[in-house]
Amino acid sequence: MSIIYFLIGCSVLLALLFLLAFFWAQRSGQNDDLYTPSVRILLDDEPEPHDKK
Amino acid sequence: MTESTVTETTICYHCGDECLSTAYAEAEKHFCCQGCKSVYSILSANNLCSYYNFNEHPGLTRARTDKRFDYLDNAGIVKELIDYADDNVTIVTLYIPHIHCSSCIWLLEKLNKFNPAILHSRIDFLKKQLHIKYDSQQLSLKQLVELLFDIGYEPAINLQDVIKKQNTIKDNLVQRIAVAGFCFGNVMLLSFPEYLGLSSLEQSFKHFFGWLNILFSLPVVFYSGREYFVSAWQNLRNKVLNIDFPLALGIAVLFIRTVVEIANNAGAGFADTLCGLVFFLLVGKFVQRKTYHHISFERDYRSFFPVAVQVIANGVETPVPLADLKIGQRIVLRHNEIIPADAILLKGDALIDFSFVTGESIPVDKTLGEIIYAGGRQTSEAIELEVVKPVSQSYLTQLWNNEAFTRQQDNRMQTFNERVSKYFTYVLLAIALGSLVFWLPTSLNRGLAAFTAVLIVACPCALALSTPFTMSAALSIFDKNLFYLKNTAVVEQLAKIDTIVFDKTGTITTATDNNISLNGALTGHQKQLVYSVCSNSNHPLSRMICQYLGNIEKLPVNHYKEMPGKGITAFIGDDEVKAGSGQFMFGMFNEEKGSTKVHLMVNGAYLGNFSFKQNYRDGLQKTAAELAAYQMFLISGDSDHEKEALQPVFGSEEQMNFNQSPQNKLGFVQLLQHLKGKVMMIGDGLNDAGALKQSDLGIAVTDNINNFSPGCDAILDGRSFNKLPAFLRFAKSTVTIIHCSFAISLTYNLIGLSYAVTGNLSPLTAAILMPLSTATIISFTTIATHFAAKRRKLA
Repeated sequence: MSIIYFLIGCSVLLALLFLLAFFWAQRSGQNDDLYTPSVRILLDDEPEPHDKK
Repeated sequence: MTESTVTETTICYHCGDECLSTAYAEAEKHFCCQGCKSVYSILSANNLCSYYNFNEHPGLTRARTDKRFDYLDNAGIVKELIDYADDNVTIVTLYIPHIHCSSCIWLLEKLNKFNPAILHSRIDFLKKQLHIKYDSQQLSLKQLVELLFDIGYEPAINLQDVIKKQNTIKDNLVQRIAVAGFCFGNVMLLSFPEYLGLSSLEQSFKHFFGWLNILFSLPVVFYSGREYFVSAWQNLRNKVLNIDFPLALGIAVLFIRTVVEIANNAGAGFADTLCGLVFFLLVGKFVQRKTYHHISFERDYRSFFPVAVQVIANGVETPVPLADLKIGQRIVLRHNEIIPADAILLKGDALIDFSFVTGESIPVDKTLGEIIYAGGRQTSEAIELEVVKPVSQSYLTQLWNNEAFTRQQDNRMQTFNERVSKYFTYVLLAIALGSLVFWLPTSLNRGLAAFTAVLIVACPCALALSTPFTMSAALSIFDKNLFYLKNTAVVEQLAKIDTIVFDKTGTITTATDNNISLNGALTGHQKQLVYSVCSNSNHPLSRMICQYLGNIEKLPVNHYKEMPGKGITAFIGDDEVKAGSGQFMFGMFNEEKGSTKVHLMVNGAYLGNFSFKQNYRDGLQKTAAELAAYQMFLISGDSDHEKEALQPVFGSEEQMNFNQSPQNKLGFVQLLQHLKGKVMMIGDGLNDAGALKQSDLGIAVTDNINNFSPGCDAILDGRSFNKLPAFLRFAKSTVTIIHCSFAISLTYNLIGLSYAVTGNLSPLTAAILMPLSTATIISFTTIATHFAAKRRKLA
């Protein structure tokens, strides 16, 4: 049963890793603007030139 | 002057406005003005015409084409504006009100195609901000702003940039929630075996799990929950008992008892309850915080006055920052610029639009030598003025020297939570000490167990959550109905109001749709004549007449002569058409007080006039009737010519006050407050700013949320004006909901206490009771609030 010590250690370490990843995302401002990227991704770099008129 | 005969409407390719002339066309595309056309030329020269493919007519109409950014050469001003600068790279954040569609994002993030010196540009769409990193060796801020202006995105620049400040306030609440949530999850995992029962074989784990739990509780108590201790301590020192005190006490007791139990191998401790408590409390805080990215509630005159003004000295124009403007200096103001200080008109035709100040949208003519108060916007050609008062001392801005603005007060009324938590704390401490004293003769251990159990179980978690969750649900309901509240405390204030003071112009009247009516009959031909003449003028009244007459075929106009601010004469074929003010048409003429009229004459024969009156907002009468339970007053800076029309709305004459200065308005609100009224002020312009600030609840009404609105507690979109009675009733319902949820959380506390006073509180009971009460409160408040909103027809 001592494997539990190891497994719990692993799970806590993994969870800590995710927590740190979240901290990093927060610090680097990834959650500051939650709207613009959703529009930006839809804009093609060079859309097909077609005239509306 | 343009001569044109457009028969069908053409729409400007850039901005989508109607083209009144065919003079501006390029590559088979029509434009309404030179400005729009030049934007198109710049974009097409840079191969960026895809801009027009994402959205139809993404541009903003550009009546103005002259640039006025000379003040950006002033190093002092530039320094205030930029975020960061070193030898090569400068970073600046600009607020661009026009950002509104995906085309804007596309274009503004491609700025370096225009100028390679722009290294990087990023839009924050909701905040309407553009972050630019550029090479300051090759590009100055002035050139950058001019480029933005050229492509139709003029940044709004002012030194007191509140929006920017408001959006940069950062704390680590999210991170504290993350830590608490992380620990909560792990502790739950480690506590479960204990609850399910460990066999004798696994007893060694018990100790291990216990110490791990303590380890996880440490960051929860000392990082995530730290603010509760700080706040409780500060309040104790100020001799105030607020809800943070029992919360901090609960957290501390939970932690100490957990450590003691585990260290003595006496039990499993309450680590899961502790982490859950802090986690839910912080989530409550997070929910309560509502941010409107593009709305600011703290604006004063500085955020809408220009940064600098052109001063003439010895025939040379130099930009001078507003703060350095002195009495006696001669300033030049061009079309669309704002008068920054009280000044005497020296030269030019002043046609001043005071809509920012009073809400009145029809511009006013001023004659030479007249004093023009600060805050007006010049709508005709360039004028020269002599400053007679410094910026901060003008008729309008001296309002901000009033003590109402220096007083630092967030909430002018105590919230229910604040009032109740004081008594709650006393009762809680009494019960805890009572049970300690009761058990002490029997056993010290039992006494301490009972004492701590009471503090743990009665920890007002549900109570602390009831207000934030109810209020945030209420706030989103208001938000949906175009009513934007500064914070959650405003809802409770709204429920307590018993006196309402209205401003007139712009508040109960609409600023936009001026009611234009034609007095007299015109034949079809005469209409055509008037339309043709008026369509040549840029005067707002002429434009309104054109709009009123609709789309008529234009006739060629000769000998067009416009006397700015007075009237127009022109010939069409052999017909002489005159349109203008009474004075212009007949020499001496006494216009009816308070009305604006344009008289018409063809070949010397008087045809009648157009009169412009303000429209009252839709359903004003009905709204007022529904508000009959409140004391209502009208306070207006205008003369009393509309008294009779407003009599049925406000009842008696005593409730209407006319000819009031901004200071008077503030004083009137103060007077009502002395008479023990809870005053809500509803206004719109800068002249109401004092009264809005002084009142218990200031609401600014605006027809466009992005426009300027003075500092206030809430901003109401004009379209929702008639929902005001429903808003007030709904606010009262939310307070009732808070009372109910308070009763629910008390019931849970009593159930818990019945266990706790005996000293036999098992960790499992606490671990079930705490999340259960929290879940009940959250679901009850959310459902009840939405139900209340449905009943008021707000959801």
